Amino acid sequence: MPVERVEGVHLGRTPEEVEEEVERGLLLTKLDRAVGWARTQSMWPATFGLACCAIEMMSTGAGRYDLSRWGMELFRASPRQADLMIVAGRVSQKMAPVLRRIYDQMPEPRWVIAMGVCASAGGMFTNYAVVQGVDTIVPVDVYVPGCPPKPEMLMFGILKLQEKVRSRETFR
Amino acid sequence: MSVREEPRSPRVVDPTGEIRQETMIINMGPQHPSTHGVLRLLLELDGEYIVRCKPVIGYLHTGIEKNTEYRTWMQGVTYVTRADYLAPFFNELGYCLAAERLLGIEAPPRAQVIRVLCNEMNRIASHLVWLATGSLELGAVSVMLYGFREREILLDIFETLTGLRMNHAYIRIGGLKMDLPEDGDEKIRAFLDEMPRRIDEYESILDDNPIWRERNQGVGVLSAEDCLRLGVTGPILRSAGVPTDIRKDEPYSGYETYDFDVVTRTEADAYARYRIRLDEMRQSLRIIEQCLDRLEPGPVMVQDPKVAWPAQLKVGPDGIGNDPAYIHHIMEESMEALIHHFKMVTEGVSVPAGEVYQPVESPRGELGFYVVSTGEHKPYRVKIRDPSFTNLGATAAMVEGSLVADAIAAIASVDPVMGGVDR
Amino acid sequence: MRPAEVAERLRTRFADVLLARGDVIVLVEPDDIRATLSSLRDDPDLGLDFLVFVTATHHPGAEPELWVVYELRSTAHRHRVRVKAGTGGDAPHVPSVSDLFPTADWHEREVFDLFGVVFDGHPNLTRILMPDEWLGHPLLKTEELGGVSTRYHGGAFIPPVDQRTI
Repeated sequence: MPVERVEGVHLGRTPEEVEEEVERGLLLTKLDRAVGWARTQSMWPATFGLACCAIEMMSTGAGRYDLSRWGMELFRASPRQADLMIVAGRVSQKMAPVLRRIYDQMPEPRWVIAMGVCASAGGMFTNYAVVQGVDTIVPVDVYVPGCPPKPEMLMFGILKLQEKVRSRETFR
Repeated sequence: MSVREEPRSPRVVDPTGEIRQETMIINMGPQHPSTHGVLRLLLELDGEYIVRCKPVIGYLHTGIEKNTEYRTWMQGVTYVTRADYLAPFFNELGYCLAAERLLGIEAPPRAQVIRVLCNEMNRIASHLVWLATGSLELGAVSVMLYGFREREILLDIFETLTGLRMNHAYIRIGGLKMDLPEDGDEKIRAFLDEMPRRIDEYESILDDNPIWRERNQGVGVLSAEDCLRLGVTGPILRSAGVPTDIRKDEPYSGYETYDFDVVTRTEADAYARYRIRLDEMRQSLRIIEQCLDRLEPGPVMVQDPKVAWPAQLKVGPDGIGNDPAYIHHIMEESMEALIHHFKMVTEGVSVPAGEVYQPVESPRGELGFYVVSTGEHKPYRVKIRDPSFTNLGATAAMVEGSLVADAIAAIASVDPVMGGVDR
Repeated sequence: MRPAEVAERLRTRFADVLLARGDVIVLVEPDDIRATLSSLRDDPDLGLDFLVFVTATHHPGAEPELWVVYELRSTAHRHRVRVKAGTGGDAPHVPSVSDLFPTADWHEREVFDLFGVVFDGHPNLTRILMPDEWLGHPLLKTEELGGVSTRYHGGAFIPPVDQRTI
């Protein structure tokens, strides 16, 4: 591509540089997409079911609304082996440091879904005992509202997260 | 079956040549796959044997009791229903019965029958979750899937009746939010046909299974005397031979007119509690059938305009909005009706001053509501006496001296729901 | 026994017995709680051997400020009695009944945690529902509801949702 050259100022890049960048970009786009695709297949959630939403999360993993279609039925007890933390339920003041510690123990790449209004924003419990949204403690990727959200809503949230993961640029 | 011999302590030889005994303090939870919710157990272990057990709770404290003091009586139903989240209808029923006692009213007969119907279906749903999660903790993973499969049928019925799968806010002060839909009866009868076979299936899988027996027989034994001293109620007390059931002892909502048995056993171990819960599911099916047979048409909310809303709102022809005749009445015809409608919508019922304690028999034991009112449209104090709180306090006595694996089986047999423990 | 009979029997022994809406309530002084509860348990006709719960209600400005409530049930006779003791002031003290009724252990801890009532003689009076380092007793009427725009005890401040920067 021809390059404009102004006296003393270098605008744009040389044809060789441009060609190199295009090649690298193509390769990395493909790699990005491959890695993104791979990360969404069989994300393992860490068990972080707290209250009523945990029961709906268990229903999502059970027979009718099957999470194992996406390879996610395996809830890992140890956060060291998990990719995804679904905070399901109201987080109380005593539980908040535990939540942060479990999040810190998860290896990268890791994602967080705040399931239910209590995890997203405190829910109906605007009081001393409930943390008003877990995004004050951990960074949240997807918020799934509902009290509790139906399993289909949680599945929609998980699919949205998979879209987000697939479109993330890791290498560029 | 756990072996109750003297715990053999590991011999640790000091550099001086003296032999010491050592115990180890291990922390189980609050994030743990087997502790049935956010429960933390501090265990002092001597090898695999538990020398001392200290449960730490409070990881799900939600301030429900304080929140009800700042909301109207009807909004209180939505708060209280989320305390013991596996038995929401029981929470609602206890709260509404307490408020109705203060008001001095009684729900109409059809509402009472539907309340009993919903409660018994909820009892089965709660026992199914206990069966599913308890089996999962002990390793029987297929039973988890079967339990949730049956529960889905029940949640479908709840959704048809109340609009929600969990935390319904269906039972209101004075009656119910709305009447049964047309296909409600048919769905419940289909469930009644299906369920006995499914319970037979669970029994055939687990009853004589040697692993299930080994892990549950002789585990978590708590004698009747200890149960009473520790304040334990529900299937645990009944497994020790004491036939206490609030539905029979202090009947509410018409329970004295139903024909059912109180299931008791004498072994007082986890296996007895498993058998009791399966039999309770069968008894609940009996009660549900009797409920369906005795349903008569009638109102589902008390006819007092100072109490009843929204069940008295008539729905328009589209099924969604308000009836045009009602809107015409409050907007055009009667100023008083408009003011009354406004007051009922914003403030709700005003409950006379006083205090009551209303117990109900929840799947876990005696669930009670101590409600104090000062005559306003907000409660003054709502104390939820949750069975899991007291039952969990008794687990230390059940668990000390046994193996760690037995502790898990014992806690599974207690069936605590941490939402009720911490509120 | 029916509530009216229970109330009659109790009126021979206690001065302040109420019967309202089917509930029998006995009002006593805090120092008499232990004697009252054990006598109600040992009485063969009343036989109130089961302590259902212990809780408290706060009435700021009234005298007494804090009412500690004990609910008893008889397993054999299936009736109930409620015992209430009024206390108050800056440091409300009440004798503990956890040696008479072991179930009171956790209930008394909860009342201490949420209302600040100190139970003398309790083996382990620590917070049970709130974190150990929490300041204040949440269920007192003088404490705020909290939630949004609140300063937490560690110095954290969570503003309402529309003002958050995260």
